[in-house]
Amino acid sequence: MDLGDHLFRRESGRIVAALTRIFGIHNLALAEDVVQDAFCRAIEVWPFRGIPDNPSAWLMATARNRAIDVLRRERTARTFAPELGRLLESEWTLVPMVDEALAGSAIKDDVLRMMFSCCDPRLSEEVQIALVLHLACGFGIDETAAAFLSTEAAMYKRLSRGKKVLAGSTRLFDLTDADFAARLSAVQRALYLLFNEGYHGASAESAVRTELCREAVRLMTLLVDHPLTAQPSSLALAALMHLHAARLPGRLDAAGNLNSLFDQDRSRWDSRLIEQGLELLNLAATGSELTAYHVEAAIAAVHAKALRAEDTDWNRIVTLYDLLLTIRPSPVVALNRAIAVAQSEGAECGLNAIRAIAGVERLVDYPFYHAALGELEHRCHRDDLARAHFQAALACARNPMEQRYLQQRLDSCASSQMSIRTGR
Amino acid sequence: MSEFVYLYRSGGRPTRSAEQAQQEMQRWMAWLKDLAEKGHVKDPGHPLERSGKLVSGKARSVTDGPFAETKDVIGGYTLVQAADLNQAVALAAGCPIFEIADGTVEVRPVMKLG
Repeated sequence: MDLGDHLFRRESGRIVAALTRIFGIHNLALAEDVVQDAFCRAIEVWPFRGIPDNPSAWLMATARNRAIDVLRRERTARTFAPELGRLLESEWTLVPMVDEALAGSAIKDDVLRMMFSCCDPRLSEEVQIALVLHLACGFGIDETAAAFLSTEAAMYKRLSRGKKVLAGSTRLFDLTDADFAARLSAVQRALYLLFNEGYHGASAESAVRTELCREAVRLMTLLVDHPLTAQPSSLALAALMHLHAARLPGRLDAAGNLNSLFDQDRSRWDSRLIEQGLELLNLAATGSELTAYHVEAAIAAVHAKALRAEDTDWNRIVTLYDLLLTIRPSPVVALNRAIAVAQSEGAECGLNAIRAIAGVERLVDYPFYHAALGELEHRCHRDDLARAHFQAALACARNPMEQRYLQQRLDSCASSQMSIRTGR
Repeated sequence: MSEFVYLYRSGGRPTRSAEQAQQEMQRWMAWLKDLAEKGHVKDPGHPLERSGKLVSGKARSVTDGPFAETKDVIGGYTLVQAADLNQAVALAAGCPIFEIADGTVEVRPVMKLG
């Protein structure tokens, strides 16, 4: 029998969340110790006695026994979760209490509450997402550092800072708390950024990045499955993630190179994810609130529905970007709108739209700003200009995959000098 | 074929991330599986608890814990069979315990009787 991929990581997120509910979040380190201990025992036992039939249950039972030991040993020296205080003091209620907290359905809620705790408004967004990945997804400090292209030392500091703030409260965030709505949008934002980090922050180790998308989708599913958090905005964000994730298999070609949306082999898109995404988007269309997630998901849906790039309804996409700009104005959104304009009205119109972007100077470090200019100049048969733009884009490429992609675009300008391009 | 006992001492319990722990587990399983498939494992043995009691002296005095130094604590054993001590040692070298600081495998021939 083989262990599933990342079984320990997933169990770590679940067990830490459940134990934190019992121990109190100020004793987070204690919960992490108990999980460590369970893993150590597994390493000592499984290779010699075989993998248990239900490895997850084995780890949970081991953590349970250890937690009961800890509670017995330390109940005079420490305070645990205040709302459980009395129950943990009596030998009659201690064990049933622990067993109740570690029941499967309770744990799902605890992971959710752990995410809400991580998204504390006193913490910056980057600390929040790092904590979510570390605590709710069980990523080690090294893996969390790799996810955000940071060093282990810097990530250690970032996480310690975050944990210190978490320890300032004694219990996990409660979904019935007054600031629930604000926290929900912080959690959504963190998961959105986590997904984007995996989707756009493509690094050389592409496998790790896909994993980030998968983790974001997994946590998003917890939100969608819980009645309190399954609000239209959550459903819209889940739809957005599904529709983007569906395109992941087409984003890279066989050689691991980045493919633009226009050149992707759409038969490689995951039709099941597209279907789920469209369904979620349908479910999100209730209530009066129209969020940026709704609009972004709607744009992704237009792309997903086009079987060939040339079938894309670009007019609709321009309209949706106009809407998105009113909800969340940003130069990057405006740039995407300009690219859609170029598709529906021609390259010159697209170039004009780029020049008209408010705050365009904020895009100078963004490789795809220069790449878009290069692409459109190329289409207007001004390859000298196009090359200069692609060179500028290369200069701010953030990883080898972007570099290879932009180099290839640059090369295509150079070679097309020889022959007359017929356009795209 | 002669029999040998591997005595594992893993020193302290290192802090590992979940992923590192799972990888370490998989290395242990791969090593033992390989030994077993080549017919060297007579009994995979048992892991031992870290704590226990020590009974000693004429007075049978009882003290906590086997030893003061955690690196001296035997964490488990395996009964293997190999052509000779050299082969048993060579097979032990593949054990993932050495990835951990202070990890050791003591290779002891089982005494041949008669």
